[in-house]
Parts: sequence; C-alpha cells; structure tokens
Amino acid sequence: MTDDQQALLAARPDLVAMARWVAPGARVLDLGCGDGALLRYLWQAKQAPGYGVEIDAAHVVECVRNDVNVLQMNLEDGLATFGDRSFDCVILSETLQAIHHTEQLMREMLRVGREAIVSFPNFGHWQARLQVTLGRMPVSQELPYQWYDTPNVHLCTLEDFEDFCRRLGFRVLERLVLHAGRSVTLMPNLLGSVAVYRLGQGNPA
Amino acid sequence: MNAPQPAPGSVGIVEARKASFSEPLKLKSGAVLPQFEIAYETYGELNAARSNAVLVCHALNASHHVAGHYADDPDNVGWWDNLVGPGKPLDTRRFFVIGTNYLGSCFGSTGPASVNPATGKSWGADFPLVTVEDWVEAQARLADRLGIERFAGVIGGSLGAMQALQWTLSFPERIRHAIVIAATPRLSAQNIAFNEVARQAIMTDPDFHGGHYYEKGVVPRRGLRIARMIGHITYLSDDAMMEKFGRVLRGKAGPGFDFDIDFEIESYLRYQGDKFASYFDANTYLRITKALDYYDPAADFGGDLAAALARARAAFLVVSFTSDWRFASARSREIVKALLEGRKIVSYLEIDAPQGHDAFLMDDPRYHGALRAYFANVAL
Repeated sequence: MTDDQQALLAARPDLVAMARWVAPGARVLDLGCGDGALLRYLWQAKQAPGYGVEIDAAHVVECVRNDVNVLQMNLEDGLATFGDRSFDCVILSETLQAIHHTEQLMREMLRVGREAIVSFPNFGHWQARLQVTLGRMPVSQELPYQWYDTPNVHLCTLEDFEDFCRRLGFRVLERLVLHAGRSVTLMPNLLGSVAVYRLGQGNPA
Repeated sequence: MNAPQPAPGSVGIVEARKASFSEPLKLKSGAVLPQFEIAYETYGELNAARSNAVLVCHALNASHHVAGHYADDPDNVGWWDNLVGPGKPLDTRRFFVIGTNYLGSCFGSTGPASVNPATGKSWGADFPLVTVEDWVEAQARLADRLGIERFAGVIGGSLGAMQALQWTLSFPERIRHAIVIAATPRLSAQNIAFNEVARQAIMTDPDFHGGHYYEKGVVPRRGLRIARMIGHITYLSDDAMMEKFGRVLRGKAGPGFDFDIDFEIESYLRYQGDKFASYFDANTYLRITKALDYYDPAADFGGDLAAALARARAAFLVVSFTSDWRFASARSREIVKALLEGRKIVSYLEIDAPQGHDAFLMDDPRYHGALRAYFANVAL
C-alpha cells in the first residue's frame, strides 16, 4: 500500500469500509467523489474501474490529476446520463446530508447500480443530542459547520435513515457504524458518529 | 537583423510545411481528388518510440498555424498559442505536436482556389464537397508520411472536436486519447439554419458568379462579411457581448437617426466582417459549413450515438462551456452518455465560463489546468 493510500485510509475510515464492500473488478460510480481518492484506491487495490461525479471545478481538476475518470455534473439534476444497472456499485460518501433532492437521488442510485453504498454523519450521536439539549446546534468533527454556513440540509439519524430505506423499498445488506475510526456495535445510534450502509433493491424476506 | 525574442513558453519561430499526395483520395460524396496537398506545422520533437505525437485539429476559420510565429511575420501568432508550447498545458518539451490544415481550406491545403490538374485553372465551384471523414482520411495520410502509427492524442475544439471524435471512429487503433472540446455529435436545426443564412449571403452576392469568381478577378466580399457577422454572433454569449459592448454608442452622444454605425457592437461586427472578407475564401466557407451540417456519426446507426461510438478505443476527455449556446453543454453530455453506455474511458468537464462558444480558445485556469493535468498523465 502506498503512503497516499495509507493516509487516505487513516483519515477516512468510512472509505475503508466502502472499499471492503467493493468486489474486485466491480464497476463503481462515486457520487460527490471529491479529488477522486477513493476511486484511485479502488482502482489500485481492487482493479475496480470507476467514474466519479463531482460539481466542484477544483475537485474535478484534482481528479484529472489523480488519473481518475470524473464527470462534472450536478447530482441534483439526477443521474439521467447513466443507464439502468450500468454499475455494480454506486457510492455516496458523506454527501447525502447536503443533497436537496434526496429521495430522487437515492432511487436513482439503485436504478443505475445493483448496489449502493451510503455514508453520512449520524445526527443521533450523543454529542449532537447533548448540544441540542443544551440549546445549541451541534458542531463536531463530523459536523464541523455553524448553523449559518453549513452545506448540510438533510441531516438524519440511523433510525431515520433505516425508516427511509424501508419506505423506498431498499434492503440494508450491511451496516457499519463508526466513531473515531472504530466500529461501534453497542447502541450505535447513540455512540456512532458515522454510518455506512450497503443497500440493495427489495425488502428482506 | 535581430530575431524577435520568443515570449516565455512560446515555441518561437515556426515554419509551415506541405506534404503532397499523388494517390487519389476517394471522398465520402463519391467524388475523387486526384492529388492533394496538406499544410501542417510541427512543434517539439518526435521521440524515438514515435509515441508522443499529438494532432491538433482546427475549427472553421483557423489553420495549421497553431503556435509560435513566422520569422517574417512576428505578429502572426498561432491560434492556440496559449495552449501549445514549452511548459504550456500541451507541453512541446514532452509532446510532438502537429497542426494540420483541412482539405478545402484557403490557407495552404488543397482547396477551391488551388489548380485543378484536369483544367489547369482554379477548381472554384468544381472543388468537391469535403466532409469531416474525408479530412481525417487525408490527415491519416499525413500521419503515415510522418511515420506516426499511433497518436498519443488528438485534440480539437468545435469543428476541430468533430475531427478528433471522427479520428477515434475512422482509426480506432491509432488514437490513445481524444480531447473533444466545445463539441456536438451533430448540428441542430438551428445550427444548420445559421449556416444556411451564411451560405445564402455568399451565394446571392453578385460577385459570387456561381463560385467561379477567381477568373472574374472579384471576391464576394459582401456575402462573406455577412456570413462572418452571423457566425460571430453565434460564437459569443449574450452576456459576453453585453459585457464587452453594452449599448455603448460609437463616437456619438446620442443616436444618429440614420443607418451609419450607432453602437459599438455594429462597429465590431463590421470590422470582423471586413477583416474576414479580406482573407477568407467564399468557396471554402460554403464547403466548411456543409461539412459541419453533414457530420453525424450516428446517422449510419439509426441515430444511436452509443452504437456509432462503440468502435472507439481511445480514452476521452470531453469539455464544454456553460455559456456556449452554439454547441451547448447538453450536446457534449450526449457524447459522454454514449461513451458511458459503451463503457469507454471518459472524463467530462463543464466549465462555467462566460465567453460562449469561443471559450475554448481562452485560457481559463480551470480549463487549462485540467488539460495540463490530463496531458501530464498521458503515458509516452
């Protein structure tokens, strides 16, 4: 593993989980791919060819520099550029909470991909709950913004997200809840600050 | 005499060359060009492996003079000099860059003003209609002549982008990377309509003489200038034009209540029209606009662009500009969608630039930054 990869994986444990869930050689679409670090890692580590979607021009140039396929598009416009089931896996990492057309995008993800992987900050984490209880909007490592400058418009808890998946008819295939880079199994909606879900179409039998 | 000092990053003094081909070229129309010449320029050095060649295809009114300047004409700087040169995004220290002039041009390659070997006179109206596919065929002959089996890349904007795209279809094995900028996979009805107005302006000029104006010693200048004015309007965005000219009056305090120039934009269009009419050939203009109109690689595939692009082997970088209404971003996204459907390697940039179609000639830092990063990753 290169230094780059190690630095990435140390900084973003949710990406480690995602990478583990991507099969070797899988076709990946990474929505809101930033500088393309995950795609680059997936290509190097798993020979998984992918495309990133990113709206920010500086990030797009970074992706090109990182030799990652990137498409400069606005996720709010939907995924009409991509055909049905054209990817094995569609990833939305730490982006869900900033999306306006959340339901549309989530439905599109499982139209375009066989599976979806979604990560987001857990608003149910005890620190957030405590701050609200004390009369303040939560500010933390996962939610670093003040109320007036946050790009986040659709924050949710694990329970909220799982309700939402049920309503959309999505099946939770796997779930990983993290705090400070460690897996949280005890009271995850209270003790976990980041959640990662692997989703498929259809309800559990 | 002291040679002018090359600007930093300039390839410096360049020379236009010509390659002659005596093997007849069968055109898409069925007509045959018995022989032809292609004008070209090169910058940088071809490496020993012959793996670093990049072909630059030009748009409607440009030429093979992509970068640098001529020893006897230092002000005549190549049209893409901001992109091509030592240390520039398309770095001539690393790449061997070839600028080539399309067939039918009036700047050096065989065209309507050239001598028809069958008659000993200028071809004039008898010069056949050439297509994007024909240009690529002719350029492939040039590549053969230069000993380039496979290009590291082909790049072009607008009509040049059509050539870049067509290269990946006519010769899939010969192109590793295609950079397709401000492109469309086919002209819209509106695009064709603008071209037809331009053609009508030329063909109804009394000095046109059915295209045989060379022998009459005249030029359909009025038609050409109107054609250019129309073209120019489509190259700029509404905002860019308003920004540049606004409603500013030219040397007047108020409207003149006559048909002299009132507004700066009128002066600008007349100036552009006059300048164009002094150097561009009307028969070339007619043919180039037809080449644009006819280009439609999906036509042979029932309109299925993905099927048309299926044979491409290149990696693609597609770039569009949000203010371009001539070939809007949606047209480029059609290309991207078709490439994705074919599981091609593709990246797409949609640059939020204000200049309209002409933005592809500007040096927007995001645009040039991406091209620089892209070329840096092209293996040699």
